[in-house]
Amino acid sequence: MTRRDWRKLGPGAAKFATLATFVVLLAFPFYWMLIATFKQNIDLYAVENNPFKFNLPPTLDHLKLLFFETGYVRWIGNTALVGVIVVIITLFLAVPAAYSLARLTGRWGQRMGIAIFLTYLIPPTLLFIPLSRVVAVLGLQDTIWSVVLVYPSFTVPFSIWLLMGFFKSIPKELEDAAMVDGLTRFGAFVKLVIPISTSGILTVVIFTFTLVTQEFVYALTFISPESQQMVGVGIPIFLVRGDVYFWGSLMAACLITSVPIALLYNTFLDRFIAGFTVGAVK
Amino acid sequence: MFFPAAAYIVLLIGGPLVLAVMYAFSDARIGNPGFHYVGLENFRSILQSPSFRAALRNSVVFTVVAQIIVIVCSTMLSIALEKPFRGRKFTRFLILLPWVAPISLGAIGWKWILDSIYSVITWVLIWLHVCKPYGAPMWLGEPKLAMASVILVHCWRLIPFSTVIMLAGLTAIPKDIPEAAAIDGAGFWRILFRINIPMMAPIISVAVLFGTIFTFTDMTVVYILTAGGPFDSTQTLPSLAFATGIQGSDLAAGAAMSLFLIPVLVLIAYFMLRAAHRAEVT
Repeated sequence: MTRRDWRKLGPGAAKFATLATFVVLLAFPFYWMLIATFKQNIDLYAVENNPFKFNLPPTLDHLKLLFFETGYVRWIGNTALVGVIVVIITLFLAVPAAYSLARLTGRWGQRMGIAIFLTYLIPPTLLFIPLSRVVAVLGLQDTIWSVVLVYPSFTVPFSIWLLMGFFKSIPKELEDAAMVDGLTRFGAFVKLVIPISTSGILTVVIFTFTLVTQEFVYALTFISPESQQMVGVGIPIFLVRGDVYFWGSLMAACLITSVPIALLYNTFLDRFIAGFTVGAVK
Repeated sequence: MFFPAAAYIVLLIGGPLVLAVMYAFSDARIGNPGFHYVGLENFRSILQSPSFRAALRNSVVFTVVAQIIVIVCSTMLSIALEKPFRGRKFTRFLILLPWVAPISLGAIGWKWILDSIYSVITWVLIWLHVCKPYGAPMWLGEPKLAMASVILVHCWRLIPFSTVIMLAGLTAIPKDIPEAAAIDGAGFWRILFRINIPMMAPIISVAVLFGTIFTFTDMTVVYILTAGGPFDSTQTLPSLAFATGIQGSDLAAGAAMSLFLIPVLVLIAYFMLRAAHRAEVT
């Protein structure tokens, strides 16, 4: 095609081709998990079989194995419990801190906020060695309490940053009026600011919970027994017996765990992104 | 009200950071975690170790190559996704899956796709007669291919994240500028390369900064796909620090290795502060 033809063909086709290519490339692993979940082992492990179709009827064996003969259900329970506790701790620490920073007059509130945001950039892979000692000294090793202690270190800084934005958008006059009417500052905060900020607080709840389900490094470092595992470590490490991979139930576990988390995260994603891009977009 | 959060951050991020530095200058081991100052001994010995040099080089190579691919792909993708069309929300969800699902589970999905015997990629290559049965490449078993696989999975995970960040940036571009250019006779491609992409520069830099951190400090992808192998060919700073400090119980050497992450983190913090400062001034 000549240059002119390309121009005529234009943006529509180029956009469609781009989207189609990337959707296939990015979503393929999840489609592949779905196929493996329902394939019989004889079909799954036959090199000459077409892997894209069911050469033998689909089966529920992998799901039965996963739910009844592995620690999967237990790991889901552990993860949910840790998630709920970490959400509570995060709200308890981040909400008051964000509010006081948002109401701090002058530039210092914003600067402290940025300083806290920067601590979010310190990665687990820098802290896991010293923290493994902290956890050992406190006697929390091999229990879910080790990650309950440590997870707020990445949920609190970002939550403070997100909530600061929400609190700043609430006009100060509202609280001043409430305080003239006899409420204390704390009373105004509890009775007025928190109810208005429900959507911000909900964002933090979802954000914290999804981060807990996605974490890998700390859980791998601090917890070794199978029964105490979080789902993100249990699946890739403990569904493998020795060198034998049970690919069917492994893929089933990945899919069943990923999809709800992805749906939840996706709903609130735009708000997290707003937190990431503060400063560059106005 | 700021105090509890600040105390937590100091104790569980600040403290361990200091502890990591102290370990790096000591001879602490998991069985014997006391402090005995040994100066630069750890740094001297790790700098002489071929594994460490490979890890340092890989960390830089993986990060830089992945960022280049991610930026090119996500720029294209964000432009294709910008205008509303039917099914845009669902398309966006499919594209976002790799980012919003737990990475340890996505990585195990890739491990199945890249399996040495049952890889679907191998099957397609044989089907297309590109390679012979049983002579197929071992995706995770040969150094060069394993490196490419790790980079591929990093890109797969980060493209969705960068794309949504850029989408946020695109919507912030004042629409009258490209419209005026269109009235003056500029075509789609010209507007794209002369107006939209240059105006996206600040938001692209945000995506690059976060993407760099996420790739450079990640150990999940490498740990699950290859555990650093074959022969340390995919070892990165975090994965080697884990293998040395936790699995090898040499806390001091592991801590010293992880400290090599700091220069990059400081550099990124500097650029972010500059961006934040610019936003504060204007």
